[in-house]
Amino acid sequence: MATTAATPSYEQTGIWSWITTVDHKRIGALYLYTALFFFMFGGLEAGVIRWQLAQPNQHIVSAELYNQLFTMHGTTMIFLAVMPLSAAFFNFLIPLQIGARDVAFPRLNAFSYWVYVLGGTFMTLPIFFNTAPNGGWFGYAPLTTLPFSSGLNIDFWVMGLQILGISSLAAAFNFITTIINMRAPGMTLMRMPVFTWMSFVVQFLLVLAFPVITIALVFLLFDRFFGTNFYEIAAGADPLLWQHLFWVFGHPEVYILILPAFGLVSEILPTFSRKPLFGYNVVVYSGIMIGFLGFGVWAHHMFAVGMGATADTIFALTTMLIGIPTGVKIFNWIATMWGGQIRFTAAMKFAIGLIALFTIGGISGVMHSSPPADLQQTDTYFVVAHFHYVLFGGSIMGIFGGIYFYYPKITGRYMSEVLGTWHFWCTFIAMNLTFFPMHFSGMLGMPRRIYTYDAGQGWDTFNLISSIGTGLLILSTLIFVVNFLKSRKSGEVAPGDAWGAGTLEWTIPSPPPDYNFAEIPFVTSRYPLWDLKHPERTSGIAHSAPDVMTITDAHATPVHEEMGHKTAAELGIPMPFNTVKPLIAAAALVAMFGGLLFMHTNQFAVAMTITIGSASLFVGTLYAWLTSPLE
Amino acid sequence: MNDHAPHADHAHEHPTWKQYKWVALWLTLITVFEVWIYYTPFKETPYYIPLLLVLSATKFAIVVLFYMHLKYDHKLFKALFTGPLIIAVCTLLALFALFSHRAIPQ
Amino acid sequence: MASAVAEVHEHTHYTTTGLDNRKVAIWAFIGSECMLFMSLISTYLIYKGKSIVGPFPHEAWTDPSGHVFKPILNIPVTSQSTFVLLMSSLVMVLALAAVENRGKPGYQGTLLGNSKLWLAATAALGATFLGYQAYEFTSFVHEGLTIHTNLFGSSFFTLTGFHGAHVTAGVLWLLTLLSIDIKRGLTPKDALLVDICALYWHFVDVVWIAIFTLVYLIK
Repeated sequence: MATTAATPSYEQTGIWSWITTVDHKRIGALYLYTALFFFMFGGLEAGVIRWQLAQPNQHIVSAELYNQLFTMHGTTMIFLAVMPLSAAFFNFLIPLQIGARDVAFPRLNAFSYWVYVLGGTFMTLPIFFNTAPNGGWFGYAPLTTLPFSSGLNIDFWVMGLQILGISSLAAAFNFITTIINMRAPGMTLMRMPVFTWMSFVVQFLLVLAFPVITIALVFLLFDRFFGTNFYEIAAGADPLLWQHLFWVFGHPEVYILILPAFGLVSEILPTFSRKPLFGYNVVVYSGIMIGFLGFGVWAHHMFAVGMGATADTIFALTTMLIGIPTGVKIFNWIATMWGGQIRFTAAMKFAIGLIALFTIGGISGVMHSSPPADLQQTDTYFVVAHFHYVLFGGSIMGIFGGIYFYYPKITGRYMSEVLGTWHFWCTFIAMNLTFFPMHFSGMLGMPRRIYTYDAGQGWDTFNLISSIGTGLLILSTLIFVVNFLKSRKSGEVAPGDAWGAGTLEWTIPSPPPDYNFAEIPFVTSRYPLWDLKHPERTSGIAHSAPDVMTITDAHATPVHEEMGHKTAAELGIPMPFNTVKPLIAAAALVAMFGGLLFMHTNQFAVAMTITIGSASLFVGTLYAWLTSPLE
Repeated sequence: MNDHAPHADHAHEHPTWKQYKWVALWLTLITVFEVWIYYTPFKETPYYIPLLLVLSATKFAIVVLFYMHLKYDHKLFKALFTGPLIIAVCTLLALFALFSHRAIPQ
Repeated sequence: MASAVAEVHEHTHYTTTGLDNRKVAIWAFIGSECMLFMSLISTYLIYKGKSIVGPFPHEAWTDPSGHVFKPILNIPVTSQSTFVLLMSSLVMVLALAAVENRGKPGYQGTLLGNSKLWLAATAALGATFLGYQAYEFTSFVHEGLTIHTNLFGSSFFTLTGFHGAHVTAGVLWLLTLLSIDIKRGLTPKDALLVDICALYWHFVDVVWIAIFTLVYLIK
């Protein structure tokens, strides 16, 4: 393979080209870097939390700052780290996996990223001024209404989530359209790589779940700024309204967090087992099933509020039901490895780590589905243990695996396998050290969200172990950071087909040229590259046999490697223009929400000036954007 | 080669001006009827609410099928609309049931 | 090389389904809007009859000082505005048909083919609906119902206000199309621009059909 492949093949360089870029691969890289930064930040917040809880009666931070820390840890990890890390893969991978040159709306894609980064900054900065959101990531009203939370803290949270919601929604419409409409010829739905499939399901969850939180937040915003009564108990409001609306959004949200990781391991496991995914159809259908059922289980977060036996029974049953398609996937992955020639790369280790750890979290999840058990476990550290096993053990392990797997495609160089192995084992041990003892401290009655506790309740040792584990987890993440940065410069050069994988993204050079595919491929099966290189692996799966002969040369990797060195102009491929308009529109949008904050200090005129001013800028930019040609 | 057969233009059958007129007439008649029964004693019977729900669902369906030409359009659009609509209606019914039932009487 | 590859090069705007990206996106958006209005309507219904103080939508209310408040909702006025919005959907489909059939017999130079007229009429009917809503809101405030008064006030004004905001966005969209039509004339090639606007407009109409029944007609 050519050693020059590691030279970035982007035709443009310089910071301005990044600010104005509409290339899905560069936006994906921006998402990756930004989200990793927020991941570190959220990790440090967790570090302070565990430092505080390492021993009884500690006062490293005040109760008030502790509230801000656990709120921002949850909010950051969910909205600013895991979702955007998934978005990094959506951006980078979906067009490559379906054989497209870009997403359906490249400029909207840039807009989504800029809204995310500005909204994330908007939410994160207040912690340095002791005014960060302090109502929990779920922001239960009426606790978050003005009489109980009078500071700016909750305002930052409400505005921040609205802004991030816009980013997620815009991105979701974009990816739905991309997956439906930009697939290469022959790429039927049932030939799409499983990562794309899981992403497809996630986009629908986003599109249907986010409007609900948007409305719940609008009510809260109106209550705080305009004196409405949505969460005002004295006016007859129902204290459960927020909880219901929040969890109608909140439960699909957990599948939004986990399904992309499921997709990533469904790419990694077949590659390193050198076998097609076992039961592709079942994995796809169970993903769709999870998406649908995900809207019917929300009230299991609320068993403790007393909904009555009928409601409890129904939601317990639907919750147990959703365990089935989730469990099915676990068996599919195990069966994929069964009888395969397994290569234990760092990516593979993380993928197997996901199977093990997610299973533990999944099982404790099924325990919660039983209302009597849940009444004991709710609001204790047992629940904290459960959702960290599914979110850290599931989402984060899957995403780390995805980063090791796709790093060569993104940068053209491999990450160090030695450091990767160290990273995996440290993370795996530290993760269990941190979260496993929480099952015990929770069962012994330790409530969530307390900022300190008295000695002698049987929680001391478990908390100390958890805190030591967190320290180790931070260290192991540092190994990852070193590996990530070092490999960028000195990693081994990767060929286009870096791992001997079977899907379309590996048929083009690493890193891919601006236009991705010099020739739009014609797809005849789920693993087109294996059809070419390892026909024995794919002989048993769906093919359109007559196509195979015609397609073979369209897929010949060397052809693409060679064309990768030509520019889009030389090949006559029209490329979208760079534009700064999405950034301006995003900034105007964030300023529009930010301006409303002045309502809090009763500076009505200032608030309206800023908000209306930036709204006009937003609309103006939108007109300029829509009337200027794409390419 | 595709799961969605590409739609050629000629397959794009549209409702006609005649149909538009009829649709508008029906929408108006149903609305007039709805408002009329609001002022009749029928309003007090247990059939009033179900009847109104059926009538407005009919109007809803007519507009979606003819004015939004979903009846004549690609099946993909039908899926993109009915899927979310079903989830929305089910969620609405579930929320309504959850809030009208009190485990502990107030 | 596969024959499909050559095909792709000919059509710069090749799509897998043969449908336009923007139309797929607007339908996904409308699906999402279903959930948005579901949340608003659910809240209104959940809070129906839960207000501690009046005024109420369908019943009179006497406050402790003996002042009698009339039932708030004005069915005759809202029936008129509902009719206006329904008719706006009719002229919207005429606008789309006029653009799609530009130059065809029966449309060239006839009233039916006058897309500018139909676009302007749709926008005008939308604006009329907004006028009715402004009148409704101000008269409610005069009768003693504001967004602060009670749960009914909060949920009513927020629900109908959100719908009104959607109508406003639709009117601006229609006026934009109208200005393009005046400037360079919309041709059958631009039909999609009108089509996606029309889909949005009809959806806003459909939401009102639900609101009119659930909020105004059902006690």
